[in-house]
Amino acid sequence: MNLENILILSGIIFCIGLYGALSKRSMITILMSIELMFNAVNIAAVAFSRYVVPARLAANAASTDEKVLQFLMTGQIFAIFIITVAAAEVALGLAIVIAVYRNRETVDVSQVNLMKH
Amino acid sequence: MNLHDVYLLSPELSLAGLAALLLMLDLVVQRKRLLSILSIICLIVPAGFVVALWLDLGRDNVPQMTGLFDTLVVDRFSLFFKALFLGIVGLVLMASIDYAAKFQRFQTEYCALVILSAVGMMLLASTQELISIYIALELTALPLAALAAFLRESRSSEAGMKFLILSAISSAVLLYGMVLIFGFTGSTFLKEIASELQRLPLSGDIPFGSYALLLGIVLMIAGFGFKISAVPFQMWVPDVYEGAPTPITAYLSVASKAAGFAVILRVFYTAFPASIISVDWGAVFAVLSALSMTIGNLVAIAQNNIKRMLAYSTIAHAGYIMVGLAAIAARSPQEETFGPAGILFYLGAYAATNLTAFFAVIAISNWTGSDAINDFAGMSRRSPFLAFALAFAMISLIGLPPAAGFIAKVYIFGAAVNSNLVWLAIVGVINSVVSAYYYLRVVRVMYLSPRLSEEPISISPSIKLAVAISGAAVAFFGIFPLPLLRFAEEAASILPLVAIAPR
Repeated sequence: MNLENILILSGIIFCIGLYGALSKRSMITILMSIELMFNAVNIAAVAFSRYVVPARLAANAASTDEKVLQFLMTGQIFAIFIITVAAAEVALGLAIVIAVYRNRETVDVSQVNLMKH
Repeated sequence: MNLHDVYLLSPELSLAGLAALLLMLDLVVQRKRLLSILSIICLIVPAGFVVALWLDLGRDNVPQMTGLFDTLVVDRFSLFFKALFLGIVGLVLMASIDYAAKFQRFQTEYCALVILSAVGMMLLASTQELISIYIALELTALPLAALAAFLRESRSSEAGMKFLILSAISSAVLLYGMVLIFGFTGSTFLKEIASELQRLPLSGDIPFGSYALLLGIVLMIAGFGFKISAVPFQMWVPDVYEGAPTPITAYLSVASKAAGFAVILRVFYTAFPASIISVDWGAVFAVLSALSMTIGNLVAIAQNNIKRMLAYSTIAHAGYIMVGLAAIAARSPQEETFGPAGILFYLGAYAATNLTAFFAVIAISNWTGSDAINDFAGMSRRSPFLAFALAFAMISLIGLPPAAGFIAKVYIFGAAVNSNLVWLAIVGVINSVVSAYYYLRVVRVMYLSPRLSEEPISISPSIKLAVAISGAAVAFFGIFPLPLLRFAEEAASILPLVAIAPR
């Protein structure tokens, strides 16, 4: 397993998510696709922190222990923050889906177009 | 986290505390109007902390104070934006007092969400680390999405839905860019990114020196471009602006945009200083700026709804402000440029102008129940005060003296000429002339068209005060621009100091 493979996987998942978010009609599916995009970013963040940061620290021998720990964890912490914020985003998204559904009786985005001129 | 960190964070903490306090008082206080007024008065507390921090910086004579493990930075640049956001929030809340009656028992939640979003913007202006920037960005965007859908009728919920989906997609794109840059440099701190970029071998043939950096920066520009509503990331703007409650539209159009520019300036000055990759990002911003100005102005001409027209006008103004970004990049760090100060002054002047316009629209359309430009006919006799304020705001948006918009445009186009971007300044001036057509159309309808009804428009004291304050600010900054100019120059002078020296 090397960095390239993981990054290719992350790129593919990101593109699938982006495609889904732009082409799907149901709001629920769009929210799921957006979640896919966030998770692709998570994979990349964790992979970078596993492969790139140790290599960089080995190059800078002068770093102190505290600094090493800080850098080693950055990618993982980034991923945890992304997961947390994505959860908040979906919660708000579903609340808005309900508001839209109450008004229109549909969650199909192609029919939610009152303001198209 | 020690006491000094708490002090550095005090404007944000007190503002967030205010939001929490409002939500708690909401449970016991029956008269919601009182809480709205309380929230405006309590803004004095964070404002006091901002002033204290500014004075502290002057007394210790340090360019910046950092805290919270170096992620938080308090300097004049961030304090300028905090003061700007507090002013905007105060005026928006003042203008919402009557509008908020539409939400009945949810008035306090509305105020709290506006304040929470301002907390995010203030954090955005004062972080220097990618993860914090992302969190602050989401703290700004999520309350705004909820606010856009706050009326809970068809149009409003549609606006909230569009804002949420597009802002989520744009933040995913932004995150991918951030992670690529993190992977390329091994750090999420802007300063360490810059020092790492200087160490790494960058090729001269590829834009930005390497493909990873190219992809990372382009994705980040796309993410930030959404926040400042620059073409080609502007699709959400007209629909969201039309559907959202009008005070929120006003808030989105000035505060959210200012926060976007604050973070762009910070990121590009600190992490990607001009000495490393200047030419390339300057070119990107120059092209985006020309496109935003032209497309925004041309589409605005065809609009009949005033909120939609102002939406396209904000796209055009994002283009004018980006002229300043392009001007900064075209100079080397040693040479003097008034690009950054120009951007800050423009944001201040534009905030006052756009708020005046939107507040007048709120007052008028709350009475008439219509946003169509043609329904503003004869407004000069139905409400001379509002008609004059709206006309004056339009003159400032065109960029004519004696309004603040004139000085702002002179300053920012001057920066472009100074940086040998004469073509961009010419595009900007031509666009200002084009924009006069649709701005003056509003003035013509109000002053020359026959009125549709005789009934005078009665306005409440709160919105009248909000219009008067923001309108007075437009006139004051237009006639006596020096105080704001000095403020902006002092705030912007910090940026080149922060950027590391060229190789």
